[in-house]
Amino acid sequence: MEKRILTCIGCPMGCELTVELDGETVTSISGYTCKRGKIYGEKEVTHPTRIVTTTVRIARGAAPVVPVKTKEDIPKDKIFQCIRELKNVTVQAPVRAGEAVLKNVAGTGVDVIAVKTVGE
Amino acid sequence: MRQHAIVIIGGGPAGLAAAISAAEHGEKDLLILERDRELGGILNQCIHNGFGLHTFQEELTGPEYAARYIEKARELGIPCLTDTMVLDISPEKVVTAVSPAEGLFQIQAEAVILAMGCRERPRGALNLPGYRPAGIFTAGTAQRLVNVEGRMPGREVVILGSGDIGLIMARRMTLEGAKVKVVAELMPYSGGLKRNIVQCLEDYGIPLKLSHTVVDIHGKERLTGVTLAQVDGSGRPIPGTEEEYSCDTLLLSVGLIPENELSKSAGVSLSPLTSGPVVDESFQTSTEGIFACGNVLHVHDLVDFVSEEASNAGRHAVEYIRRKRETNSGGCSGKQEETDSAKSSVLEILPGEGVRYTVPSALHMAQMEETLKIRFRVRNVYRNCYVTVSAGDHQLLRRKKQILAPGEMEEAVIRREALADVLPAENLTVRIEEV
Repeated sequence: MEKRILTCIGCPMGCELTVELDGETVTSISGYTCKRGKIYGEKEVTHPTRIVTTTVRIARGAAPVVPVKTKEDIPKDKIFQCIRELKNVTVQAPVRAGEAVLKNVAGTGVDVIAVKTVGE
Repeated sequence: MRQHAIVIIGGGPAGLAAAISAAEHGEKDLLILERDRELGGILNQCIHNGFGLHTFQEELTGPEYAARYIEKARELGIPCLTDTMVLDISPEKVVTAVSPAEGLFQIQAEAVILAMGCRERPRGALNLPGYRPAGIFTAGTAQRLVNVEGRMPGREVVILGSGDIGLIMARRMTLEGAKVKVVAELMPYSGGLKRNIVQCLEDYGIPLKLSHTVVDIHGKERLTGVTLAQVDGSGRPIPGTEEEYSCDTLLLSVGLIPENELSKSAGVSLSPLTSGPVVDESFQTSTEGIFACGNVLHVHDLVDFVSEEASNAGRHAVEYIRRKRETNSGGCSGKQEETDSAKSSVLEILPGEGVRYTVPSALHMAQMEETLKIRFRVRNVYRNCYVTVSAGDHQLLRRKKQILAPGEMEEAVIRREALADVLPAENLTVRIEEV
């Protein structure tokens, strides 16, 4: 039995959640004051995910870098692998917002897309 | 001299939303002046996500949020001049600007919308002792260097101040390979969003030291370290609590100040509470025909609220011009009457117990719409309390809140009919009542 203490991020209340886990299964959760807290607490201990945002180099662009994000949230423990893979990426200008700059990042099945249009 | 109906000073989120709203309300003779080489303002360097939850019900990055407004402005054919620095605005609404393309030029405007945003509080305002070595940046400067210019300001980082930009930069520098050693916060609570504390610090094991500040700066050419100390209830360092951290970079995230140099030249009265212009319910400043919105008015946490506020300012500017044109073409007797009645019923909106400031701070009863939204910030963290709005003995609003914090802008909405019984002489006061 594992016990985890979390701060809920649903609102400024910042409720302190106590989640008890048996392996991968949540056995009890307490400390939340609304539905959002319960959902957050369960997800955060079983499969926490994040959208990752960073920049990649762009060759012959109007700017030296273009901002990018993972199109969907990826597992939290894949963040650094995602960043490492993007370190090796240089895209060619022009790049359009929404265009994929790296497919299937860190084996997550999620693409990394440009979030800004950068011309030559 | 060139002439335009409405000149908008600044092409960030506030200026864009104000211009779009003005165009949508029928005014086509607009001009946006922007000093950067592109529109979008600070959103261009805010590459993290979380923008637009209120406006678009999705989480966008800063550049994506900006692009929605830039594209809309383009569709509406709103003219804008980038690389253009406004040097002066006169009370008669003559805007003086300079750009490489056009040199120095002047524009006579019927109305001006101030949307210049804010600046970061710099080191000089903090009285940090020690040398002035390289390696001390405001968090926003570092953000621009990393996210727009593709340069890293340093490798070992200490951050002073736990505002959202500081927290966001703690994560950003970590992802770019720097070691962020600690975030120190003078206050006993963080001014940043809970979500940023969790996702920018806790996710990466970065410690947050509340009630701590920098008491010494080490290094002569380049920063080599800082000394942190705990502070007492009045913010004074407690002797014996000093701790040294070696670092080559210190980021300051210690507050934002509305940028109002131009407002002053236009004769606009500034509030000592917000450092922004004093405005009425139409976002008009003390100078007739000059409106203000966004971070130049008061510092916001969420861009969605900037956009909403700026849309209203744009609409009111159009209404102002229409009224002005009507009175100019009609007789002057009607105008006199209107001025008299408007003068007789201006309510002040005052911050009461627990409230630091309100926007707007004045209400012309005659021009009040169905509802009035009062935005405000509280002085402290309050739990299980009530927000009240009253006029003398009349309570107009009483709403329970589970939590209020200085880092979160609040709002109170007053309905017009609730004001029906209020005597013209009464002022409105927004208060926090603790239970």
